Amino acid sequence: MKRIDLEFDLVVIGGGTGGPMAAVKAKEQNPQLKVLLIDKAHVKRSGAISMGMDGLNNAVIPGHATPEQYVKEITIANDGIVDQEAVMAYAANSFDMIQELDRWGVKFEKDETGDYAVRKVHHLGSYVLPMPEGHHMKKILYRQLKRARVEITNRVVVTRLLTGASGEVVGVMGFDCRTADFYVIRCKAAVICTGAAGRIGLPASGYLMGTYENPTNCGDGHAMAFHAGADLANLECFQINPLIKDYNGPACAYVTGPFGGFTANSKGERFIECDYWSGQMMMEFYNELEGGNGPVFLKLDHLAEETIGEIEHILHTNERPSRGRFHEKRGNDYRKQMIEMHISEIGFCSGHSASGIWTNARGETSVPGLYAAGDCASVPHNYMLGAFVYGRLCGQSAAAYCADTAKGRVDDGAIAAEQARIRAPLERSDGLTPFQIEYKTRRLVNDYLQPPKITRKYEIGLRRFDEVREDAEAMVATNPHELMRAMEAHSILDCAEMAARASLFRTESRWGLYHYNVDHPDRDDANWFCHTLLSKDAEGRMQMRKKDVEPYLVAIDEEERNAYQRLRVARSAEAA
Amino acid sequence: MSIATTLTQVPVVVDEGKCIAEKGCTVCVDVCPLDVLAIDMLTKKAFMKFDECWYCLPCETDCPTGAVHVSIPYLLR
Repeated sequence: MKRIDLEFDLVVIGGGTGGPMAAVKAKEQNPQLKVLLIDKAHVKRSGAISMGMDGLNNAVIPGHATPEQYVKEITIANDGIVDQEAVMAYAANSFDMIQELDRWGVKFEKDETGDYAVRKVHHLGSYVLPMPEGHHMKKILYRQLKRARVEITNRVVVTRLLTGASGEVVGVMGFDCRTADFYVIRCKAAVICTGAAGRIGLPASGYLMGTYENPTNCGDGHAMAFHAGADLANLECFQINPLIKDYNGPACAYVTGPFGGFTANSKGERFIECDYWSGQMMMEFYNELEGGNGPVFLKLDHLAEETIGEIEHILHTNERPSRGRFHEKRGNDYRKQMIEMHISEIGFCSGHSASGIWTNARGETSVPGLYAAGDCASVPHNYMLGAFVYGRLCGQSAAAYCADTAKGRVDDGAIAAEQARIRAPLERSDGLTPFQIEYKTRRLVNDYLQPPKITRKYEIGLRRFDEVREDAEAMVATNPHELMRAMEAHSILDCAEMAARASLFRTESRWGLYHYNVDHPDRDDANWFCHTLLSKDAEGRMQMRKKDVEPYLVAIDEEERNAYQRLRVARSAEAA
Repeated sequence: MSIATTLTQVPVVVDEGKCIAEKGCTVCVDVCPLDVLAIDMLTKKAFMKFDECWYCLPCETDCPTGAVHVSIPYLLR
């Protein structure tokens, strides 16, 4: 285990979506800045959009939607618990980012007049812009990284941040997943873009990597932010996705909706008015699954051949192209039958939901010099375009911060401790495998943390996590690849505990299924109209506190406030 | 040692007749997000070393000779 020491001004952790954008924008702002983009996979094909993306889900385009309208929509969809300034920072920069991506060569769907072909999927406004050729996304980002002369290090797993005397970022540490070389990288600032924590729960198939999210996104960023002393926001607002059963990937009712496809119950009937994801939508989905009308299906079999052909082209060449392969083996044909859907295991993902490393409208976390963008940060319902917009904001904020900051002193004790922690599994010749620790943690998450949330179950879950944590001290890795899985298992355990602690703290129900608490079934605005923040206390344990919702920039009137509570299709009583 | 090896049928299969890893090609190994592919030192061909697949397809899409085929892992199929 060789030690490799590097020095940069800014280190961007995660080269998927927001990360490349942050690195490019920091370099554009200050070409003299030494910027490193670091990824545990290869930046060419890493992250959630490894195979591209089939569309923008939150495009705020003049003539179709206004930033104010979007802020209102997200506030309502998120039961009021949003920092509107942060959502507005996204919305106000959304169109500019679309135009920049357009100039970079991203192909968006346009109508015959050359205007963006925006579709309506959300409950109130129109924000969905298809990208039938969106499979080239990563290539376009890679070209920009080369143009901006960003340095790239692949296959290095970042495990911890180094902090200085005032708690500020002074470096990052990690190891190479092929050689186990230990990396110490001194820097002035870091941007975390590590994506969702998508490997907390166990998919119904039992296959560990058969997750909705790219399984590289296992909560490393959430864990390193916590250990560096950062606040994490609203972690009890889980992410639960509707998906193709067993395949565990997106069915994409969003994409098919504008073409006439919809989510149906076993009778082939529509039961939700709007396929846009919110906790309330997921609650209706769950009720239909469990309530005798299930299973739930994606219904396309009523559509015309050319429409289905177009949907197949979008769904089977983008984002998760192996969907087509799955359907073929199952004998599924969109033309002939409905496709069985299900809901996913739990995760943290602000891309679709609202939890993550707390950030403000400039992408700053509560740790000086630390920024976060994309699915791992706390700005709600951000999707791919939000990761780009916040990647840019973080890159610019971090570049400005670096200009005014000197390099801090690194703590050799902290470096030695981390090196010892990483090295430990390789030095054991016997013990539990990372697979066993991870499988057990994630199985316990399903058993005890999957909503509906029950206090007693959560308490048992926490006790069992403690036991697994002790067991994890005996993890053995026979090669650097297994070492990566071992370190990830620690992150997964941290995230599982965070999910439980945050959920126990908020003694009400909110966000539909995401935080449906059986012991406190009602929404309690008097006590809980607030964010929750999780952080590290003086002993290194997890502590919780409330944070007031920031004053609204866009007022929400009473009629709109409950729009997302009325998602179930109303059925008039039939005559006897 | 109290550690066993459990065998599984892996989802990524490499056609050794088409694979040109012996000429120095490592494309599939490079692009895999989960780093589960490797070059066999004896056969000099790519193979799936760890059954940890997201069936995401960069290995198959980016292979210059069409040697890689990804199936949906059996547990999901």
